[in-house]
Amino acid sequence: MNALAQDPVRSVVQSVDWLTIAPPTLAALGALAVLVADLFLPERRKPLLGPVTVAVLALAALSLLPLRNGDRTTFCLTADPAVCSYVADPFTLAVQFLVLGAALVAALLSMTAVRDEALPRGEYWFLLLASAAGAALLPAARDLATLIVALEVASLPSFALVGLRRADGRSSEAALKFFLSSVTATAVSLMGVSFVYAATGSLHLDRVAEELRDTAPGLDTLAATGVALTLVGFAFKTAAVPFHSWVPDTYAGAPLPVAAYLSVIGKAVGFSGLILVTVQAFPSYGHVWGPALAVLAALTMTGGNVAALRQRPERAHSAVRLLAWSSVGQAGYLLVPIAAAAYADEPGRAVGATVAYALMYAAVNLGAFAVAAHVGRTAAANRITDYRGLYAAHPPTALALAFFLLCLAGLPPGIIGLFAKVAVFSTAVDAGLGWLAAVMAVNVVIALYYYLAWTAQLFRAPAPAPATAPAPAPVRVAAPLTAAIALTGLIAVGLSGAPQLALRFAADVLL
Amino acid sequence: MIPLNDTAMRLLLAAVVVLPLLGAGAALLPAPPGLRGRSPEQAVLRHGVTVTGAVLAATAVLALGFDHDRPGTMQAETDIGWIPALGVRIHLGTDGVSLPLLVLTALLTFLCALYSYHRPPEGPRPQAFVALVLLLEAGTLATFAVLDLMLFFLAFETVLIPMYFLIARWGGAGRERAAWRFVLYTLLGSVVMLLGLLLVGLGAEGGPTFDMTALAEDGGRGLTHTTQLLAALAIGIGLAVKTPMWPLHSWLPDAHTAAPTVGSVLLAGVLLKMGTYGFVRIVLPVVPDGIHTLAPYLAAFAVTGIIYGSLACLALSRSGAGGDLKRLIAYSSVGHMGFVLLGVATLTRTGVNGALFANIAHGLITGLLFFLVGAVKDRTGTTDLDRLALGGGERGGGAALYGRAPRLGGLLAFGAVASLGLPGLAGFWGEMLALLGAYHPADGLSRPAYLVFMALAALGTLLTAAYLLVVVRRVCMGTPHAPGAAPAPGTALPDVRGHEFAAWIPLVVLTVLAGLWPAILLGLTGPAVQNLLPGVSR
Repeated sequence: MNALAQDPVRSVVQSVDWLTIAPPTLAALGALAVLVADLFLPERRKPLLGPVTVAVLALAALSLLPLRNGDRTTFCLTADPAVCSYVADPFTLAVQFLVLGAALVAALLSMTAVRDEALPRGEYWFLLLASAAGAALLPAARDLATLIVALEVASLPSFALVGLRRADGRSSEAALKFFLSSVTATAVSLMGVSFVYAATGSLHLDRVAEELRDTAPGLDTLAATGVALTLVGFAFKTAAVPFHSWVPDTYAGAPLPVAAYLSVIGKAVGFSGLILVTVQAFPSYGHVWGPALAVLAALTMTGGNVAALRQRPERAHSAVRLLAWSSVGQAGYLLVPIAAAAYADEPGRAVGATVAYALMYAAVNLGAFAVAAHVGRTAAANRITDYRGLYAAHPPTALALAFFLLCLAGLPPGIIGLFAKVAVFSTAVDAGLGWLAAVMAVNVVIALYYYLAWTAQLFRAPAPAPATAPAPAPVRVAAPLTAAIALTGLIAVGLSGAPQLALRFAADVLL
Repeated sequence: MIPLNDTAMRLLLAAVVVLPLLGAGAALLPAPPGLRGRSPEQAVLRHGVTVTGAVLAATAVLALGFDHDRPGTMQAETDIGWIPALGVRIHLGTDGVSLPLLVLTALLTFLCALYSYHRPPEGPRPQAFVALVLLLEAGTLATFAVLDLMLFFLAFETVLIPMYFLIARWGGAGRERAAWRFVLYTLLGSVVMLLGLLLVGLGAEGGPTFDMTALAEDGGRGLTHTTQLLAALAIGIGLAVKTPMWPLHSWLPDAHTAAPTVGSVLLAGVLLKMGTYGFVRIVLPVVPDGIHTLAPYLAAFAVTGIIYGSLACLALSRSGAGGDLKRLIAYSSVGHMGFVLLGVATLTRTGVNGALFANIAHGLITGLLFFLVGAVKDRTGTTDLDRLALGGGERGGGAALYGRAPRLGGLLAFGAVASLGLPGLAGFWGEMLALLGAYHPADGLSRPAYLVFMALAALGTLLTAAYLLVVVRRVCMGTPHAPGAAPAPGTALPDVRGHEFAAWIPLVVLTVLAGLWPAILLGLTGPAVQNLLPGVSR
């Protein structure tokens, strides 16, 4: 109180450590710069906006480097400097690296799509950067208000991105579906947050955790309801079953790079939010969210994999739909360590497996989307049967896709996929969730089937072309796509040689 | 026999695993100047011979440098960390159990490469063929050389992809379906196996470890009986698919029938051994209580496999059944691997030594048989037994090898009698020791049950002899002519060529050697088995 009386201004205005908040800030500033530049650039110069976006994202990712030693905090309460709204700890940095790197690859994928489909350039790059800024802010947020704001900053631009193909009815429908279901989920989450605030009187995660340890008897139900409702919004973002129904149509309707973006960054947003809320804010309610997330994980992986298994390869958009459903299945694996954290002695260690898995998944899934983007340029329907004989036409591309699919399946030579699954699996076993481990094993087997069936297509002899039609000349892989495939491929191969690079997160205490 | 210091041995073993891997990568690159040869195809096939030859030389030196006075201890050990987060280490080493298998693998792959050099595979680019064979060799050698459960799993799986493509791209009729079936069966099995390995590794006493030697020393301490049972069951299923054990064998006949000659030789000669090796190396020492409970069931399945395999072969060898010779040898493999599993299931030193011996013998003999059948197919254009058995007078049909290609016929007869377990040849000792083990199984196992198994397995040897002799009679002698009809002279088939002799003679020599001097193998495996089965006196 003394300080307040002496210096009323300093007590309210929190100090800001600009270096710490550089990664999301750079992305946000870049977004604004792109939007303004779009107004003033002549039409023929507008293709420059794409490389500028990539550069901004690279810069934002590089700004993580000075932060890597030690925990930095900012936006702390002046009354209690230990309670902060923005923390750059190892968890934050790992997820921010994932988000910014994935956004960079998605931007590379977008370059050809923006040109081919004549998407509005300024809007597209602005929306992408804005969404990435929100996604990069989220893992650093340590109070519920910032979390929800970051979640919305990440989500709102993505609705617009999905609907950006204006001429296409499917695209608009997908955007509307996505928007309505997402807004409902966020509203439910907000209600949960308000319940939690009512029960605890604080929004900072640490304080909420303290208060929840001994809630007043009358407020117990309110707090438990609040905890459960808060999770819904984040579960929606990870596309966990039963909050997944928007996924396949949205992915198939959106421009392909946007689907790739959502499949990785949407998930990163969802699971990092879940981890923060569960492990940081509600640790004492583990008996509520632990079983709930375990059931959610089991449902998600089973639902996603079974649906992916049922995709018929000759149907239009079956490749993207398969990736969409398989991403639902993979989201199930991501949830397993979070559920296990409820039962673990050191929850911060268990969730590391999620981060490690997400790093692997981000690299190989984006790689698979990059190859799909290439195939989609010649075969607009992008059916799995269109991949037949890809090895004969484009050996390196086919080998890369085969490697990505084997990583997703968890088979050698995709060593990193295998060991990331082992890390996730061992958290379930350690937590005594034997049944969840068994469900996961069954799902790995189901997934093997459709990943392998796709891989086998790549190496089959090309379908005999109709005698009248001249054989189409193989299309060269566009330069940005080559860069994206090479980048993700190098990361996947590097991680397979030295899995410790990703798996060290599974052994460290992140939070 | 030749003194080598420890570092040299370690490097040799590492080279044995890494060389084929590097060679596989190099096979896909264009040949450097000076090594171009007559054509890119010839150059890459020669590259295959060179690399497999180098690997064979390295294993030979390894076998000579191996301290034969203490084959029970791990030698040439390398142990470096790889993924500390999961406790996975790059741990290589060899002892009396794995050394013979390493040599067998290197030898068979070299012979296959030699054979392919002179008779290039029919199918797409030989570059990919050579790369796949080398990758296959790397995976197999790694399976036998690694001492870490996770690496074992990796190596075990690495083999799948090259084998799939060898069958699917270079195979015969029905190849894509057969290859797909092979991959699905083994993958399903190995996922189950991975669960078992994780159960063992994560539940190990003193924290998670996947080190086979450490786990074997623990001997299942720290694991409850239920865990051991589950782990033994899970690992056992994965290995049994690969072995293959009846009733999980049904991928094998199709895969063999469709595979190219080289694929069949490697599949039967080397890949099947990975399953039984896993039983001896992992299941027996790491989860002894679990396998003790499961052993009678394993033995029952093994014996069923012996009887089933030989009955299937008898049915195929009948006149008019339209049996395929490759399919027949594949089914005979089911029977032979049944003996190996029976030996393992006795849980005695005698039985396990017999199993390891039968393993090697089957690799040599069945490898030879598949080579020979490939040669018969080259010459007559068919592997259909009925067509091969038609009278020698029919134009284009009928093998009657004794008359038309006597050396080939002689070798085929040799392979057949070796396979039926004639004393004095390699096939005899393994099966006899397995039966001997079943006569007196480990303490706690029901002796009457094992006596029944032994009797049935002995019956199986009789049936085996029956169908193999039928095959020899029909293929080598041809069908007798109606009395009175003048025997029409068959057109001569090209007899065994030089490169074929070169590929087959080593197998023949080793079959005779192992038959006459079994101590050469038993001296290696005996002490090693003693270590893997502590507390067993027989």
